[in-house]
Amino acid sequence: MIVLLRDLLRDSPEFRIGAVLVVFVLLLSVLASFSPYPPESVYVVPPDVPPSLTYWFGTTSRGQDVFWQLSFAIRNTLLFGCTVALISRLFALVIGLISGYKGGWIDRALMSVNDTFIVIPLLPILVLFYFMMRDRISWLMLALIMACFGWAYDARLIRSVVMSLKAREFTQTSLFSGMSTRQILTEEHLPYVMPIVFSTTMNNMVWSIGLEVTLAVLGFTDINTPTVGGMIYWANQHTAMVAGVWWWIVFPTITVIMVFIGLFLLAVSANAYIDPRSRLWSMEGAS
Amino acid sequence: MRGYLAYVGRRFGQFLLVVFIGINIAYVVTHASPIDPVEQSISAVTSYGNTAPGAIEQMRNSLRELYGLSGTPVEQYLLFWKRILRADFGPSMSAFPTPVGTLIGRALPWTAGLLAVSTIVAWGLGNLLGGLAGYYRQSRGLKLMGVIAMGLHPIPYYILAMLLLIVFGFLWPVLPISGGSAMNLPQTLTPEFVLSVLQHAILPALSLILIGIGSWFLGMRSLVSNVLAEDFVVYAELAGVRSWRVLTSYVMRNALVPQVTGLAMSLGGIFNGAVITEKVFGYPGLGSLLVDAVYAGDYGLVLGVTTISILGVSIGVLAIDLLYPLLDPRVRVS
Repeated sequence: MIVLLRDLLRDSPEFRIGAVLVVFVLLLSVLASFSPYPPESVYVVPPDVPPSLTYWFGTTSRGQDVFWQLSFAIRNTLLFGCTVALISRLFALVIGLISGYKGGWIDRALMSVNDTFIVIPLLPILVLFYFMMRDRISWLMLALIMACFGWAYDARLIRSVVMSLKAREFTQTSLFSGMSTRQILTEEHLPYVMPIVFSTTMNNMVWSIGLEVTLAVLGFTDINTPTVGGMIYWANQHTAMVAGVWWWIVFPTITVIMVFIGLFLLAVSANAYIDPRSRLWSMEGAS
Repeated sequence: MRGYLAYVGRRFGQFLLVVFIGINIAYVVTHASPIDPVEQSISAVTSYGNTAPGAIEQMRNSLRELYGLSGTPVEQYLLFWKRILRADFGPSMSAFPTPVGTLIGRALPWTAGLLAVSTIVAWGLGNLLGGLAGYYRQSRGLKLMGVIAMGLHPIPYYILAMLLLIVFGFLWPVLPISGGSAMNLPQTLTPEFVLSVLQHAILPALSLILIGIGSWFLGMRSLVSNVLAEDFVVYAELAGVRSWRVLTSYVMRNALVPQVTGLAMSLGGIFNGAVITEKVFGYPGLGSLLVDAVYAGDYGLVLGVTTISILGVSIGVLAIDLLYPLLDPRVRVS
């Protein structure tokens, strides 16, 4: 693991940039535990103060310190992304492994459902969901719904890897040595699939955080829990750009862009590392 | 020909499945919710002063009828499907008495036009540039484009649209930032109107294209560098085929096949982006309609837009699937 990280840090500029961005944002989110103000309180500091030494990122029109508010927001946003990614990985793994290994009609049936979930436009459904739930919507509920939709593309990816693993000799050997399907999948195939699971985790986080930000900005989530999208929502509600309170929008936007680019670059470099062809190509390029 | 027909049959079956599952999700979401849309609408109406209890009861019954929430669950389910098949969602509550169908019909061309143009431009340009970048790996400009594509691609539509709005509406106001056309022009096919529509479409289309182009660029670049290692490319090069022809008819033609599948698969996501972009730029399409309907508490309109979106995206996917054999002749034979 350490060797892998060292290799990636040395050989891949994408990984270096991505790691720096993600570590920076993670540090910001860890700082939330040391915040002097609780996240929900308003009017704890003077409103509309521009960035200064006392208030690094300025204060909002609701009398909140943008820096501390942002650290809470980014923590909740990252937590949301991780939750969706973890739950949807489980779906993707189970369906991808079974579909790829079993083949036949099980594979066809599962992939039809899978393709359906890839194609269905999720945003209108999420909006409809918010419309029906109104204020009862919680972030865990939203995370569960998104996880139910976020597995499909990655299940297809995992399936294709398992299909190629199935054709290899060690699968036959384990089959003839009496291992059950579950054992073959979890003990023999899972280790080969794990690298893809890691890289798709990051892509999935980019996806779910993007959707969450979008919904929150429109006010279609639980707007009282601070998230990055929620911050932009409140800033828009107070017409921050027009009122000249630019720091209320600019700092959350920069942070969330850092999250997206950071996670995406990590996913890209991990993908490049997994794919032997592109690894070979980068070695040729280096020599 | 028989291979093609079998292929069409399979894709059509998939299309029906998408519509079936999508509509069922919409049904479950609307009918399993603890909040009753009828009571929501009633409390919205009765909050402005006194209403007689008898009138409320009457209103409750007619709303139940209107929203298709009366009768047993089986009846409700069948009614739900019947309405969708006839595209009859009743009158809109926020724009009473205009039918929901009319509102959607008015918004649909805007969304379809914006979506079609920006998707085709992003897909075409992204693939062309990505193909070039995969073929001419040493080119500085194309490498730079790769870096830009990597930076733009993961940003969500809302954030990029907002940035464009701030830049072109606030810092350097040269483009119209809201609406589908200038307010003072009648919506007829005059040159002024068309010009105004084009002008208003620039920013929304640009934000869709900027984000869309990245994934096609990166995908095509890696596909091309994989195809380049194939024997037939090496052979064509050794046989002295000109490099432009090798690139277009040997390399890119083959690499395009998975990109078409990719386009069909990502259409739902692109549609999500269009919904959001429209809201940011106040574009009079389905996205603005949907968001405004939520703010206005218009149950029929929200449900109508959602189901029409599912139908529309599935039809788009089916259309791409049916064009696919033109590019990949193997589907026609086998």
